[in-house]
Amino acid sequence: CKLGQSVFLCCLYTFPSLSRLFYRYRDLAPQLVPLSYIDKPDVKLPYELIGSMAELKDNPFRQRIAEVFSEDGEGNMTLDDFLDMFSVLSEMAPRDLKAYYAFKIYDFNNDDYICKSDLEKTVNKLTRNELTLEEVCLVCDKVIDEADQDNDGRLSVEDFQHMIARAPDFLSTFHIRI
Amino acid sequence: NRNGPKPKPHTQILVCSFNLSLSINGPIYNTVFLFQKWVKFKRDFDNFKTQCIPWEMKIKEVESHFGSSVASYFIFLRWMYGVNLVLFGLIFGLVIIPEILMGIPYGSIPRKTVPRAEQATAMDFSVLWDFEGYIKYSALFYGYYNNQRTIGWLKYRLPMAYFMVGVSVFGYSLMVVIRSMAKNANENTGDGDDNNFTFSWKMFTSWDYLIGNPETADNKFASIATSFKESIVDEQESNKDENIHLRRFLRVLANVLIICCLCGSGYLIYFVVKRSQTFSKMQNIGWYERNEVEIVMSLLGIFCPPLFETIAALEEYHPRIGLKWQLGRIFALFLGNLYTFLLALMDDVNEKLTEEVVIKNFTHWTLLSYYNSSAMNDSAVTPPPIDPADVPRVPCWETTVGIEFVRLTVSDILVTYVIILVGDFIRACFVRFVNYCWCWDLEAGFPSYAEFDISGNVLGLIFNQGMIWMGSFYAPGLVGINVLRLLTSMYFQCWAVMSSNVPHERVFKASKSNNFYMGLLLLILFLSLLPVAYTIMSLPPSFDCGPFSGKKRMYDVIQETIKQDFPLFIAKIFSYVANPGLIIPAVLLMILYLFILNAADKATCSAALIQKITSANSGW
Repeated sequence: CKLGQSVFLCCLYTFPSLSRLFYRYRDLAPQLVPLSYIDKPDVKLPYELIGSMAELKDNPFRQRIAEVFSEDGEGNMTLDDFLDMFSVLSEMAPRDLKAYYAFKIYDFNNDDYICKSDLEKTVNKLTRNELTLEEVCLVCDKVIDEADQDNDGRLSVEDFQHMIARAPDFLSTFHIRI
Repeated sequence: NRNGPKPKPHTQILVCSFNLSLSINGPIYNTVFLFQKWVKFKRDFDNFKTQCIPWEMKIKEVESHFGSSVASYFIFLRWMYGVNLVLFGLIFGLVIIPEILMGIPYGSIPRKTVPRAEQATAMDFSVLWDFEGYIKYSALFYGYYNNQRTIGWLKYRLPMAYFMVGVSVFGYSLMVVIRSMAKNANENTGDGDDNNFTFSWKMFTSWDYLIGNPETADNKFASIATSFKESIVDEQESNKDENIHLRRFLRVLANVLIICCLCGSGYLIYFVVKRSQTFSKMQNIGWYERNEVEIVMSLLGIFCPPLFETIAALEEYHPRIGLKWQLGRIFALFLGNLYTFLLALMDDVNEKLTEEVVIKNFTHWTLLSYYNSSAMNDSAVTPPPIDPADVPRVPCWETTVGIEFVRLTVSDILVTYVIILVGDFIRACFVRFVNYCWCWDLEAGFPSYAEFDISGNVLGLIFNQGMIWMGSFYAPGLVGINVLRLLTSMYFQCWAVMSSNVPHERVFKASKSNNFYMGLLLLILFLSLLPVAYTIMSLPPSFDCGPFSGKKRMYDVIQETIKQDFPLFIAKIFSYVANPGLIIPAVLLMILYLFILNAADKATCSAALIQKITSANSGW
């Protein structure tokens, strides 16, 4: 159940790690973030600050990551969003949780399906537009061919989870250490 | 629509934990804490182990720009370096160092001294470059070692050690090659090429989120693009339409042409070797006549591989398979070269052996007359011993063989480096700078930048190792030279590849099993063991040089050691064990065991396959 899961997530980080994350968040904009959260202030850091973090600045998907974890969907993150993001991307998060969020990251148009245009955007981000149009098309067709099980020409959450379940590198690559 | 789990706001928990952290001392906190520490420790240790592997970053950089095929050559080079380092340690530690530390010094006996006639020129650079002079009479070559049964205060049995190290060089190499083949075979059955999700996994799990460095990110982008291209090539190959008959005809034609080329080159070498034997009997031969064999062999080695590649364009194989064919053909070519060289060497050795008998008698006669003449002079004092430099010397055939191999290795190294420098670097400079003032586009047309020649380089490495194996028994210092060569090769070739080569037009994934290279290496190991074993078993050692001088055959040293150093009953046991009546049944038993293992392996493979198919059908 949800409560159990969040308690579990809390245990993913020990207290020293959580406070370290808080100070990383604060260091991005010390004048905006207060030291005490007892009054539950409503502070949002803009995407530009999040995207400039050392761990994220070289990641081609940093914008999508910020958008997925932010409440407003624009990439502006509260402390909660920030902590969520790093706890899902940490070593200790369970596979299903990571797969769910990975699906959301690669779903560029937020329609709960990874369609061909999402795949094209992913490939182009991964190769920095080095592949020709035909090659990109071939790759996307092959991916849909391989993973689409209900034959609707796009990947649903179940298709994605089924495909990623046996991937040997998924846990080690979908991981940020902070 | 299933709503995924959303982690609850952490802020509340953070505030609470501020207050509760002091009082919570429970097992959950401690266990999670310890577990985290353990995970961190394991990760740091794995990082450390990876950092200990040399040149890992260099190879990763090459891989991300040029694909896994080119990188596999460098991985193979690194592995060879490791093997040679171990061999060097064995030879250096067990043979060369004891001789230098505990053997009698230079100049005390004839075999360790430069003869009087050669002393004037012994330090000249041209003489040293030919490995004559002082280098010939040093611990680098067989002839320097004394045949004393034990040396020094440790009573170190040097001849026995020399023989055993020679045998164990081959034994260790065999073990290491077979172990590597077995490991690669396991890996191959492990992952399997019939992956269902190649492209999907490449798309969703290839970017490493841990990358936080722009240069690493650049490398990663390049390697992902290359990896996609490799998979696309694989996919297109499997979809190609075939006109089977035309293709088969063209392939047969190509093979016929290449066999003609190989026969032609074999005959040419035979002809040139015969001619050089007649030349050696003539006087006043020029530089060309003296070096004709080496020149012809080098030219064949330079021009035949591109010729094979041009003919192979008829065959239209997948690049990976085409590479294997190319390797096989160049292998046949180099094998012909090597064995012809060996035949020439054997002729030389036999000549020296007949010469030796003559000189042996001459030496005895000289020494006898020297002592007799002094006795005839009625001196009461015994005459001083002849200066070692003046004693008539045998042409020590083992040292000659060793010198030939060292010379061949050194000239091979030089030719390789010069070809890389000229063929890759100078060519790249030329194309880059002269392009501005040239009529046609040098970069797009001829000559353009060079591609890294994988097959040529791999075979060069394998044949070089074959020569090392052949020569190390007669020139213990050869392995040291090879270690230096591999070390400098690594840096030099990495630099050359990154600065002057362009990625192949068709990038393809190296086959996961490196077993093809290992198979070639195993074959070469066996072929280089043959000449050494033949000379050890059937030729008598020189009577005046080396650790086995004075014996009838080199392997007599084992019998001598067993008789003198071990208790009597062990000698009896060995004489029973060495009986053919015992050895032949043992060999037959081992062959039978191999058959049984092979059959069992096939059975488990088919069982695993059946299980795979049924589980795929049941749709887990």
